[in-house]
Amino acid sequence: MVPLWMYLAVAAALFCLGTYTVLSRKNAVAVLMGVELMLNAVNLNLVAFWRFQSPLNMAGQAFTAFVLVVAAAEAAVGLAIIISMYRSRRSVTVDDVDMLRW
Amino acid sequence: MGARFAGQDAANRAFLRGDGWVMVVGGLTPQAIAFGFFTILTLGGACGVVLNKNLVRGAVWLIVSLFGIAGMFVLLSAPFLAAVQVMVYIGAIGILFTFAVMLTRSMTNLRQRFTAQWWSALIVVGMLFVFLMVSVIVPVWGGVAPELAGEVVATTTDLGAALVDGNQFVLPFEVASLLLTAAMIGAIVIARQHEEE
Repeated sequence: MVPLWMYLAVAAALFCLGTYTVLSRKNAVAVLMGVELMLNAVNLNLVAFWRFQSPLNMAGQAFTAFVLVVAAAEAAVGLAIIISMYRSRRSVTVDDVDMLRW
Repeated sequence: MGARFAGQDAANRAFLRGDGWVMVVGGLTPQAIAFGFFTILTLGGACGVVLNKNLVRGAVWLIVSLFGIAGMFVLLSAPFLAAVQVMVYIGAIGILFTFAVMLTRSMTNLRQRFTAQWWSALIVVGMLFVFLMVSVIVPVWGGVAPELAGEVVATTTDLGAALVDGNQFVLPFEVASLLLTAAMIGAIVIARQHEEE
């Protein structure tokens, strides 16, 4: 088996790349892609810990399945918000969406 | 429990002496090669998501990265999650992102990809990664020998039974289905054309 810390290192690198996408990209769709990468890094961590720490307890896999469900819901609602934002502002740049800024 | 921690301590010390690297480099098993391949897919796809100029290509890179994660799930003996990853993420969310890119014309006017703070974000994220590696992953989990992972693994049957077991996850299961319904209705309501305006 590949040791646990290598899976954790890949997950940490993926999480950091996702965080960087969220922090640095201007396009809102790209920001959502970064969020998906971060959620996947979390899933990889959960499954790796499940395999190495308690492979007979289903909590790890069940939690991963719920994270998948939440990620699907988040992507659907987030992209709907972006499409609605594009209708009203003709732009998907995050800097242009400052209606809630006082 | 105490014996297990003692074993982990010894493994930690062995790892700090460098046995970990011998274990890694010495055992070039098919599994290790597959792990390297999926790592390249995952991180390469993520780099494509960060750096792409055209967001349609960005969606394809995202799919590559998610496929790498599905391969990792297979290596970690969770085949059901790998199948769900392929169906939900690659099948559904990948198509959803492609549609969003096309509906919002995100592939055009991408003259400025990054915000003005991209370099400070780079520093912060780099420090986060180094912090995670140096102070959490290697010292705390570096010594967990692969042999500690048992050969006996729960199967998809066990996962299915646990998801509908009254003592385990039936309530979160129902809440998740409710959440999906609410998200679907919410997405339709938010993205609908408002004729009255």
